[in-house]
Amino acid sequence: MTSAVLKQRNLLGIRGMSAAEITHVLDTAETFREINERDIKKVPTLRGRTVINLFFEPSTRTRTSFEIAGKRLSADVINISASTSSVTKGETLLDTARNLEAMGPDLIVIRHPSAGAPHQLARVCRASVVNAGDGSHEHPTQALLDALTIRQRKGSFRGLRVAILGDILHSRVARSNAHLLTTLGASLTVAGPGTLAPPEFAALTGGGDVSVARSVEEAVEGADVVMVLRIQRERQDSAFLPSLREYAVHYGLNLKRLSRAKPDAIVMHPGPMNRGIEIASDVADGSRSFILDQVANGLAVRMAVLYLLGGGAGVTTTATNPNAQAKTEVEPAPEPLSSAAAASRSEGLK
Amino acid sequence: MRLLIVNGYVVDPTQNVNGGRDLLIEDGRVAALLRSGEARPEGAEVFDATGLIVAPGFIDLHTHLREPGQEYKETIASGALAAVAGGFTSVCAMPNTDPVNDNPAVTSFIVEQAAAARLANVFPVGAITKGSKGEELAEMGEMRRAGIVAVTDDGHPVPSPGLMRRALEYARGFDLTVMDHCDDKTLAAGGVVHEGEWSLRLGLRGRPALAEESDAMRDCALAELTGARVHLAHVSTRGAIEAVRRAKEKGLEVSCEVTPHHFTLTDAACEGFDTNTKMNPPLRSREHLDAVLEAIADGTVDAVATDHAPHHADEKELEFDRAAFGITGLETAVGLAFERLVHPGLVTLERLVELFSVNPARIFRLEDRGTLRPGAHGDVTVLDPGRRWTFDAARSKSKSRNTPFDGWSFQGAAVATVVAGRVVYRREEALSAKS
Repeated sequence: MTSAVLKQRNLLGIRGMSAAEITHVLDTAETFREINERDIKKVPTLRGRTVINLFFEPSTRTRTSFEIAGKRLSADVINISASTSSVTKGETLLDTARNLEAMGPDLIVIRHPSAGAPHQLARVCRASVVNAGDGSHEHPTQALLDALTIRQRKGSFRGLRVAILGDILHSRVARSNAHLLTTLGASLTVAGPGTLAPPEFAALTGGGDVSVARSVEEAVEGADVVMVLRIQRERQDSAFLPSLREYAVHYGLNLKRLSRAKPDAIVMHPGPMNRGIEIASDVADGSRSFILDQVANGLAVRMAVLYLLGGGAGVTTTATNPNAQAKTEVEPAPEPLSSAAAASRSEGLK
Repeated sequence: MRLLIVNGYVVDPTQNVNGGRDLLIEDGRVAALLRSGEARPEGAEVFDATGLIVAPGFIDLHTHLREPGQEYKETIASGALAAVAGGFTSVCAMPNTDPVNDNPAVTSFIVEQAAAARLANVFPVGAITKGSKGEELAEMGEMRRAGIVAVTDDGHPVPSPGLMRRALEYARGFDLTVMDHCDDKTLAAGGVVHEGEWSLRLGLRGRPALAEESDAMRDCALAELTGARVHLAHVSTRGAIEAVRRAKEKGLEVSCEVTPHHFTLTDAACEGFDTNTKMNPPLRSREHLDAVLEAIADGTVDAVATDHAPHHADEKELEFDRAAFGITGLETAVGLAFERLVHPGLVTLERLVELFSVNPARIFRLEDRGTLRPGAHGDVTVLDPGRRWTFDAARSKSKSRNTPFDGWSFQGAAVATVVAGRVVYRREEALSAKS
């Protein structure tokens, strides 16, 4: 079942996933939501499997979410954070990966400040790699949980208007969401300070309906969904912003700005929030805010991802035959350079 | 000592020679170009170049040999071997060694090591400023006496226009070309790939084309102000090329080089986060690559240079944003030039020889090189435009393996390299496969 729908053995990004694959993950996540509401929130699906959470960046929410997801599926979950790992002793990422690999994990969940680190890891690991956020590149499980939240409220994505506000330039959440939302047929408008919302973002997905608005007001106008991104304090130090105070005044989402959205628009935030800066408290805590639904959905989505990549071909199969190789069909991504190179070569040789 | 290269097709634009000639080299210098039918001298070592192109020796204006100081990446000997294996008879060694080549002692050391290796000619390029720190001028006159052929602060471009002006004025007095790596650090802002669609998509910090273009415009303006000779290294952007084009129209002594990787790959190659696609200047977008190809075709580009930048695997097997900038290039340059420039009809063989030999010699004023005139140095590159071969990085002569072209197949190769009348490299498999 899984191999037919999920064509990859790793989850490195949303870019390149088909609408069918995304929908399959969301459907699977829905089934896990039920487990999370049971008295005994544990199934034996991944019993005997090992999940390593390799976190090179501080994270409470995402790491905890992956940890609980793994545990509820009965996997052995090990958390390694950069401060306690050998990275501080000067070991390289790939050496760390090779060492972990030698211990035979089934899944490695990685968060790393450098874009592409999960892709490099995946090249040397037999274990399936799940990207839990790589630099400014992608954060696929965040986009999936956002999508699940939107789908629960709006039913479908076709024709939906989504606005994302804030530091688009440095946001992996914005990138993953742009790929996901446009693949499912929604349109996306982003807005933020000129330094943080480059016009070229419109070309990100190469064909999807993405636009860059000149103001928050313009982006929010008529939106079905408004996503607010966290603004990092360090942007002020590197000349992207004069001050967080000014940011709050001109770019923060408050009730007045939100009133331009559709009356039934929902508000989302990937967390952690800076109340009073990118989002006003009355918006964050208001009836249109589904921020805590996102957190609950995050757990279900991560269970689905671990299940689909970790060999969960069904509770019974795994339970009766823990050695069953139910890993999804290994379909190595084409070597990006050689394929790009081959394309440009044939061009040049014409 | 005599070497007679017989039955070859000689391409030497400096003498308008384009046809079958025998080339006689005596005591390291070209003695004669003989037409068919002319008596061949007795007692010479004979090299049969039937079906091959015989050209004045190729010169790489931009090579990082890493010695002194970073011998684990490359030595002068290993770099010189890679050079001759790639068809280069001469390489110009960048000064960003450790210590920096900013004084005659380092210059002399490089000259001695190169002489000991007895492979390619190695011409040291001195630093513009002491330690390439962009503060005080280096002793260009003393280095000139020790053997430098040009100056540059490659990798650490002179940020101050005022200091660059003084450098140009001062270098003029020693007839030194000033080579600049155009890169405004404040605009580059720590970027690791070209700023554009792909930097945005991959979430990698971008270096805008403008970082190169603004410095190129500055340098052209300073060339006009000072009358000095300015050479722009590894030009990769439409704007920098435009600046050079305008400077040439004004009659300024401005020249530029491009690298094979910039006329071959675009930033789309960075998609898989392969750190062998990370270099500075970065691989650019299609628009810039097209501008580079246009400029090669219309003559704005003077030279092809490799920017051969060997790095140890440990410096490349890192996260993309932490990995070292640069790739090796000596052994793939000629193959890429045939594939991308010659076979598609963008340049003629004559123009290829200008790009790799005649113009590099002119730009750095390398006397009696870049030509096969009688009396010139007996440096020859023998080419086989039809030779099919595959580059295997594991068998590279360089100490380093950081190349995006591993496994690429080419048609067209340098099959023999002659330095001062001595055959220093012969692509055996190629020659034997012919018969």
